Amino acid sequence: MSNLLDLLVAGLATGAIYAIVAVGFTLLWQTSQTINFAQGEFVMLPAFLMLAAMHAGAPFWLAIPIGILLSLLLLGLGFKMLLVDPVLRHGVLPLAIATMALAIGIKEAVKQFFSAEASPFPSVVPAGEIAIFGRMVSLQSIGVLALAILAVVGLTAFLNRTSIGHQMQAAAQNPTVARIIGVPVERMILLTFLINAFLVALASLLITPIYLAKFSSGEVLGQAAFIAAIVGGFNQVRGAIAGGLLIGVVDNLSAAYVSTQYRAAVPLILLIVIILFRPQGILGRAEERTV
Amino acid sequence: MTTVLEVTDIRKSFGGITAVDGVSFDVREGEILGLIGPNGCGKSTLFNCILGQLTPSGGEVKVDGKVVTGLRPSELNRLGVSRTFQLLQVFPKLSVRENLILAGQEHRGSMMSRLFGPSDAGLTEAADQMIGFFKLDHLAGLAAGGLSYGQQKLLDAAMAFMGGPRLVLLDEPAGGVNLTMLADLKERLAAINREKRATFVVIEHNMEFVMSLCSRVMVMVEGKVLAMGKPEEVRDNPAVIDAYLGH
Amino acid sequence: MIGSGKHLRIGLGIVLIAGLIVVPVNFNRYGLFILSQWAVMTIAAMGLNLTLGYAGQVSLAQGAFVGIGAYAAAIMTTQGAPLMAALGVAVVLCFAVGWLLGYPALRVQHHYLAFVTLAFSTLAFLVFRNEDWLTKGIYGISNIPRPTIFGFATNRPLPFYYVCLGSLGIVSVMLWWLIRSPWGRAFIALRENPVRALSLGIDTRRYTLMAFAIGSALGGVAGTLYAPLTQYIDPVPFNLSLSLDLLMMVIVGGAGFFFGPFLGAMIAVLLPEWLRFTEGYYLMLYAAAVILLLIYSPTGILGILDRFLAERRAKAASALRAVAKSGLEAAP
Repeated sequence: MSNLLDLLVAGLATGAIYAIVAVGFTLLWQTSQTINFAQGEFVMLPAFLMLAAMHAGAPFWLAIPIGILLSLLLLGLGFKMLLVDPVLRHGVLPLAIATMALAIGIKEAVKQFFSAEASPFPSVVPAGEIAIFGRMVSLQSIGVLALAILAVVGLTAFLNRTSIGHQMQAAAQNPTVARIIGVPVERMILLTFLINAFLVALASLLITPIYLAKFSSGEVLGQAAFIAAIVGGFNQVRGAIAGGLLIGVVDNLSAAYVSTQYRAAVPLILLIVIILFRPQGILGRAEERTV
Repeated sequence: MTTVLEVTDIRKSFGGITAVDGVSFDVREGEILGLIGPNGCGKSTLFNCILGQLTPSGGEVKVDGKVVTGLRPSELNRLGVSRTFQLLQVFPKLSVRENLILAGQEHRGSMMSRLFGPSDAGLTEAADQMIGFFKLDHLAGLAAGGLSYGQQKLLDAAMAFMGGPRLVLLDEPAGGVNLTMLADLKERLAAINREKRATFVVIEHNMEFVMSLCSRVMVMVEGKVLAMGKPEEVRDNPAVIDAYLGH
Repeated sequence: MIGSGKHLRIGLGIVLIAGLIVVPVNFNRYGLFILSQWAVMTIAAMGLNLTLGYAGQVSLAQGAFVGIGAYAAAIMTTQGAPLMAALGVAVVLCFAVGWLLGYPALRVQHHYLAFVTLAFSTLAFLVFRNEDWLTKGIYGISNIPRPTIFGFATNRPLPFYYVCLGSLGIVSVMLWWLIRSPWGRAFIALRENPVRALSLGIDTRRYTLMAFAIGSALGGVAGTLYAPLTQYIDPVPFNLSLSLDLLMMVIVGGAGFFFGPFLGAMIAVLLPEWLRFTEGYYLMLYAAAVILLLIYSPTGILGILDRFLAERRAKAASALRAVAKSGLEAAP
């Protein structure tokens, strides 16, 4: 029987990472009707970019900002201008499908250009354990949790306390009205893409040391993000946060207490249950009927 | 004279904004009621609340005495209420005839009977009748997307009448239509009203259209009813004149 | 002029069908396998086309439904039941599961179906892998027999290919009839303009659900042919990748076009062969091609063809009008 506290902390740690990814996903949907099915691959890629930088000779502390910068360029700016903008004019559905194709493309590209095997990835937090309330808890979990919480708090503060954050929210909730009152909506949308690119890079940095860098890890990460976003409350940032934490904890606990074979099923069943009984998610508002 | 539509104290708010603020009115069988008011006064929102496109925040809608508040548009349609749209809503890739067949098909039988029963059940005939009535004969086989704007508006109206509705709500039917087409449209609407005793509520900005077609006119301003009465009375009402000039 | 176009199309169709029947007689085992695979995948893609191309919903579980059909066939025929019985079970099961999945998902926002089917896809894979008392888990079910049709054994590649082709034919006819029926009209309406469709009394939710359930059932049909085709199944092929492949088939061929799945499946099955020289890169190229297609023609290859033909027709029509006009003007 594993240490419950350690499980909980580890669960919150991975949950916080899921939360970061889910927030980015939700922001993209809110501001630009983009359902990014490649979000999981977006989290998988930056780690490989950093690994590539390190293979090219850069030390780890330099590879990190390089990876983040590349992420902003490719997964933020590039994604928006080369894929989202051209396809979105055909509708939300073609865009969703295009992101599925993108997911396949990124996955295969990583498999081809890096390797089909899992690679280790250095961690930004030290390894080891620390005693809390007399129980041993992994330092890595605490470190990851702390960094992730910092990111989430920082993001929430940015959205709610700064003028740009308010403008972004206005652009997300009602672009027409926002334009009228002078919010530069197009620029806010671009900003959202850049923020998502930053968030996925951060998530990549935090989660890859735990699960290793593998071209196929996007599938699981992506699914966790979607489930977190929906279970928490699809059009709410705080819903994405709550959902992420919940999924992380549920996932870790079921790994220990439910059969390993069906561990992955628990979040999936949670998703189906939520859609059945409370489709707006735990923290979501009941939507106007879409008819 | 039966009352076809009874609207009681309908209210609709979106967050902090109240679009419709306690509107009540009745429409009697065979009437053509005009609904006018400056932009943003809540006419379209009111329509959408009556038609089930939106759920009202309060109030009640009755059709032929039956409470229909909050029912979905498809259910309302089957109770005999239909509508036209301000922004054109025909099916561009289907032919004119197919558009009309589609408009009429859900009124007879059930979903299963539609699949396994006779596939036509008089629909093509009914569609052709409607085509004749609206004088769209020469266009019957063409794709609806290829029609002119005015012709599409006629088709839109024809589709709304396909199920033999009791009550039709027309949302700016005259918008963007040239004068000759407009005269045709008005004449056809008046004819259907006479021959089938169909009841209309018409949102319009075109004053001449409203005044000449409608038997009664209702004026809305800022979500409330300002005036209701015969066209001439409303036109000469100083409060109404004020409301329009003030914008 | 329009008449001869129709005759041309019918003639072309007859030639193609004849070709599909006669030409493969000379194919080797591998060629027949590829062609049979194409026929089976087309059936699954046609089901997805109904869901996506006609009712406008994304299903990411079509691969799982193929899996359900395949396992139903494998389990039942290895126990001695005839393939037709397995077909019945697969159709009923997939239809019911489709309805159960779709009902809550479509009540809310439409994109929820994508996520629900995504979740179901993974769940189905887990069940296939874990419930080894039924599915033999990762060891798979082997020695799946091929059916006996009207007394003819179909163990050899050519006869079984005809079984697949014949099934494709029957499914095509049934689907064609469905699209021409009032239901088909309703499907088109709810794809083109759901708001208007609703205001005309069309219960969009019911019809969407029906399209999804029927589409899923067709996935099951494809699965019941897949099992005797490969004669060995394990959980591996029936994961999200298959669902994505089927989705790409429908998109590339042309969502909403009747023959889109035929074209899309052909491309998907043949592409790995043609692009073998590019080794691992072909999937990337394929993904890039899909994205480009979505940018320039979201209605796929048949969409491009359709637009091209429509432009030609419009030009011809305006040319005719110009001639008629000048004729009128020339008249005294």
